[in-house]
Amino acid sequence: MKHSLFDLTGPIMIGPSSSHTAGAVKIGQVARALFRGTPTHAKFYLYGSFGTVYQGHATDKALLAGVMKLWTSDPEIKNAFEIAKKKGIEYEFIPHKPSTPEHHPNTVRIILSSQKRKLSIVGASIGGGTIKITQINNINIDLEIVAGRFFTLLIGHDNKSNVLNPLYGKLIDWGCPIAGKQTYSLKKNSLTVLNIEDFSLKLPQVLELEKLPGIQFVRSLTKLIKE
Amino acid sequence: MNYDFTNTEELLKLCEKHKLSISQVAVRREMELFKRSRPQVRDKMKLARNTMWETIQKGIKSAEKSKFGLTGGDAKKVYDGLKNMNKLLHSKVAVRAMAYAIATNEENARMGRIVACPTAGGAGVVPAVLFSTFQHMKSSKRRMLNALFTASAVGVAILEHGGTISAARGGCQAEIGVATAMAAAGVTEMRGGTPEQCVNAATLALKNCLGLACDPISGLVEVPCVKRNAIFVNVAIGASDLSLLGVKSFVPMDEVVEAMMNIADNMWEGIRETALGGLAITKTGLKVREKMGLKPIPKKYQPKSCGDCKKCK
Repeated sequence: MKHSLFDLTGPIMIGPSSSHTAGAVKIGQVARALFRGTPTHAKFYLYGSFGTVYQGHATDKALLAGVMKLWTSDPEIKNAFEIAKKKGIEYEFIPHKPSTPEHHPNTVRIILSSQKRKLSIVGASIGGGTIKITQINNINIDLEIVAGRFFTLLIGHDNKSNVLNPLYGKLIDWGCPIAGKQTYSLKKNSLTVLNIEDFSLKLPQVLELEKLPGIQFVRSLTKLIKE
Repeated sequence: MNYDFTNTEELLKLCEKHKLSISQVAVRREMELFKRSRPQVRDKMKLARNTMWETIQKGIKSAEKSKFGLTGGDAKKVYDGLKNMNKLLHSKVAVRAMAYAIATNEENARMGRIVACPTAGGAGVVPAVLFSTFQHMKSSKRRMLNALFTASAVGVAILEHGGTISAARGGCQAEIGVATAMAAAGVTEMRGGTPEQCVNAATLALKNCLGLACDPISGLVEVPCVKRNAIFVNVAIGASDLSLLGVKSFVPMDEVVEAMMNIADNMWEGIRETALGGLAITKTGLKVREKMGLKPIPKKYQPKSCGDCKKCK
């Protein structure tokens, strides 16, 4: 990928570290988006450098803030613990043994649960706010997502060809530029990640996309603006 | 692709061919590569510029300490020192820039909102140098924005030529070093330098940051990061002055980037953002580590005893 000027000047973010704070927020956001609902319990297993310096870099607050749908540039990240208490989300951080060979140094496993469902996701922050999702519910996948520079859409859909074409059509009608896409397929279901630039979808638009045939769910990894 | 460049040599050729400044080439490249309009690109940079200024304003007023108390309150001290300039050796521009750099990085350590430029740890240098010079020259906002474009363009050229901005890969030379080079180029354009002079200033700056270790105490982005930003502001300003006075770097920019990566490849892992070497394992560093309740460092990385003289005991 070609480097943009805004890889150098940007992203606008909350300190102190782009990989340990901005990236961590994004992993939390992905977990929450895939969970589809409000969790009551959140468990974080921290590996490698996440496990050793997470307090100093506020990785714990950042992860929790992400799970509560805060932005990478939201000053409220500081108060993540208090917000979680207000919302009634119980959280636990478990620093794990130093990284095993299969883990990147900055890796976290997030387990979200409520009475109805449970989700486990493994993500790594690989520098400058870019993250990688390597496991969802113990199934190995490989998806890269950039924090701060792009808005991200997660789309779950049936594993059929051309099922996404009407969705792309709608996005183009709304004037939303697509900067990149990745798809991961497993048997009948697929997960697609879209990076869209300078365009944040509004809630009714997301709901409209969800109604298209073959689409199971659409999640926007940014605060949905209600009108 | 008319305006794409992958190193500084190509960048300078483009400037010469189209008779444009570095910032103009950079904007056109961004428009062309990412299919944006000119206002879109400029607005995005304006947002970055305004956020940088907000961060600085917050930082110089606050005396709050960071969470673990390693840094905080120094920006205010330096900024207040500006009232009594005849006590100081340095020029007003440089002292003010140092105050701004500390302000940005203290905000970062306090979990305030910052613009990573190029990363969070080296975020102070570029805004500090540019805003301080901007105030000194009573320059226009437009020029300020162009300086930011020039700085980013030099950074892009470094990355495209195989350089890095990750301290975990190349040590502090990749963060502060690149930030200093960017700042030197930007400030040179703001002062009316030619594209050659801008790149030359960046070369002088980066060349003299080679080999910097990333050894933060306990892995916190505080010691030595905050004050290092302030000190390297002076390197950027000095490099710009030298370049405008006609001093030329003997080694061209692209080769300096290659040298940086050569050093990065040979750098010991203990001084690449792991907090297992350098300042992090000094007596003071280890004390902080203990206080934070971190695990002791592995035996392999522990400092070797210095000999048999026993004078220190």
